[in-house]
Amino acid sequence: MQPLRPHRARQHSNDPAPSVLSYRLLRLMLTPVLRRLVFYGIPAFVLAAGCGLYFAKQENRDRVTAAYQDIYRSVIERPEFIVKMMTVRGASDEVDQDIREVVPIDFPISSFDLDIQDMQKTIRALDPVAEVKLFVRANVLEIEVIERTPALLWRNAEGLDVLDIQGNYVRSAATRLDYPDLPLIAGQGADSNIMEARQLLAAVRPLQDRVRALTYVGERRWDIVLDRGQVLMLPSDNPVRALERIIALDQAQQLLARDVAAVDFRIASRPTLRVVAQNDDIVSINNTQSGEP
Amino acid sequence: MIELYESQRAMRAMRKAAMQRGVIAVLDVGTSKISCLILRFDGANQTSLGEGVGSLAGQSGFRVIGEATTMSRGVEFGEISAMSETERAIRTALQSAQKMAAVRVDHVIACFSGGQPRSYGLAGQTDVENQVVGEQDIARVLAACDVPDYGTGREVLHAQPVNFALDHRSGLNDPRGQIGQNLFTDMHMLTVDERVIHDLAHCIKRCDLELAGVASSAYVSGISSLVEDEQELGAACIDLGGGTTSLSIFMKRHMIYADTIRIGGDHVTRDISMGLQVPFATAERIKTRHGGVIATGRDDMDMIEVGGNTGDWEHDRRSVSRAEVIGIMRPRIEEILEDVKDRLDAAGFDHLPSQQIVLTGGGSQVPGLDGLASRILGQQVRLGRPLRVHRLPQSFSGASHSSLVGLSLFAAHPQDEWWDFEIPHSRLPTRSFKRAVRWFKENW
Repeated sequence: MQPLRPHRARQHSNDPAPSVLSYRLLRLMLTPVLRRLVFYGIPAFVLAAGCGLYFAKQENRDRVTAAYQDIYRSVIERPEFIVKMMTVRGASDEVDQDIREVVPIDFPISSFDLDIQDMQKTIRALDPVAEVKLFVRANVLEIEVIERTPALLWRNAEGLDVLDIQGNYVRSAATRLDYPDLPLIAGQGADSNIMEARQLLAAVRPLQDRVRALTYVGERRWDIVLDRGQVLMLPSDNPVRALERIIALDQAQQLLARDVAAVDFRIASRPTLRVVAQNDDIVSINNTQSGEP
Repeated sequence: MIELYESQRAMRAMRKAAMQRGVIAVLDVGTSKISCLILRFDGANQTSLGEGVGSLAGQSGFRVIGEATTMSRGVEFGEISAMSETERAIRTALQSAQKMAAVRVDHVIACFSGGQPRSYGLAGQTDVENQVVGEQDIARVLAACDVPDYGTGREVLHAQPVNFALDHRSGLNDPRGQIGQNLFTDMHMLTVDERVIHDLAHCIKRCDLELAGVASSAYVSGISSLVEDEQELGAACIDLGGGTTSLSIFMKRHMIYADTIRIGGDHVTRDISMGLQVPFATAERIKTRHGGVIATGRDDMDMIEVGGNTGDWEHDRRSVSRAEVIGIMRPRIEEILEDVKDRLDAAGFDHLPSQQIVLTGGGSQVPGLDGLASRILGQQVRLGRPLRVHRLPQSFSGASHSSLVGLSLFAAHPQDEWWDFEIPHSRLPTRSFKRAVRWFKENW
């Protein structure tokens, strides 16, 4: 029979049966929705709420950021990553100075703090610099520079500019005498047609001693100025051929050794000579066309 | 009849719901142990059919995900006698099985051996309405069975149509769609004490579970321990349980007879306890470790320490020979087997074409039982173990769990019972919608 006070009696026997409460609790906990809520939902909520409350305060946020920064700095400031000096190769003293000016770096510095891309962009923006490579190698920042080679002098409204072979601006020159070897060109927009100027300079080599400058006229055609004030006026299309004809004339008849002020080949079918002042007549040299087909 | 019909139909619906959820528990409420399996129905066949494993008799659609066994309390002769104790034991088993499975189980299918099951053979006959046998013809022939007066206070546990005959052709499993004039049926009906089912249902309800089916343990242990050809050709399964010995006769894959003898292994233990003057637990230990039924000369020298803790040295240092234990056990087991023999004779088992007898249950593990049984019951006796079920733990594969394994097979593939067929129109209530539909069909 049932004992009068069942629970008291059962405490003494080792009864394996679960109590009704624990049985129901287990069944409740095995309910899928509740189970997911207890094992995932509530922990996730508590975690999110805790993080939210902690980061709601500014000083906590600062503390975490500072701690993060401390760790970050302690890693990137290891001696392996420190850059102690900078070397510049392939640059003249002037350009070297300029580079050191535009990328001012306080050494020693961590290589993580160097923005190599940005530095390359800055250095390449310097006019005399054609190409630049940057490396960090064995705690040294190496900068390899290829400078633009001066090829022409260009006299324009602002003054005298040095251009490279592509017509890019390299630097300004104070006087013509700074670069006595370089040919001179003049005229507005001359730098935009450097290709033709180079061809003409190559073609005018037989007269090289006498050439003073190339002048770009009206942003379309070239004049070649020789000494004694002689001017070779070339057409806008195919000027090299016209120049070759002038040189051929000169070699055949010593045209330029005479008192000619200007040789006008702007119109190929009507070349014209202008002689010096005492004779105002304009001499036509139609006979030169006899060589033409 | 209708109420039973309704409650059985409700349980079938419950089983269907459990199948949809995919988890169901099976519970064997025995006299000596209460064990529980939790099954998961995946639908997919996940068994690898390795060597030595057959088609698994179609039970591979489920696997065992939780199991528990606990000592039974408050159960006598397979019937619940102290309900709160039994409820606690059921709770123990279910809780540990649920913990192991990590799922919540809401539906349970239970079996029990008590309630004095009685078998009835029913026969029915009806005319086929439209020449072709339809669902309604089967419903009418089942309704036409003359139900015997099985007494008040008893309830139908199983009612399975075992055979259909159409005109002169007998042995039909499914006569639907066939053409004939007269439809006959044979039905096997098993009734048990109503009180026992109600007690069990109440216990399970107290554990917050829904009862999705009830089975007789005689039937389910037959399902699991008889192999297919034995079920087909005819065999008897004898489940030697703790409080009862249940027997079921199978023929053509249908149970045709079931009965219970209210003597079991506990009585053997009690005999030892009384004969040797030892506590029940000690007697149980002696029975399981040293028991037997056939004594040899060697057994006289095999001394067993009885033990005890009375403080009386003489009393506590007693020892008995194994021959003595066998001498106590053998008459009781012979009595059980004689009773089984009587019941089998009463059922007409000797008229069956095959006389195969399979012994299973915890009591069948007594060494030498098959020899003794073949002397009493006939030559064709073997010891049976339950079928293999996917992921069944090793500890549950012994003969003592054959009814539990059979119950899980029953849960997966129940046989068609009376309540699985349609209700005949004439039995429907007058204002039923189906009846109105039928009236329209007949008149237009």
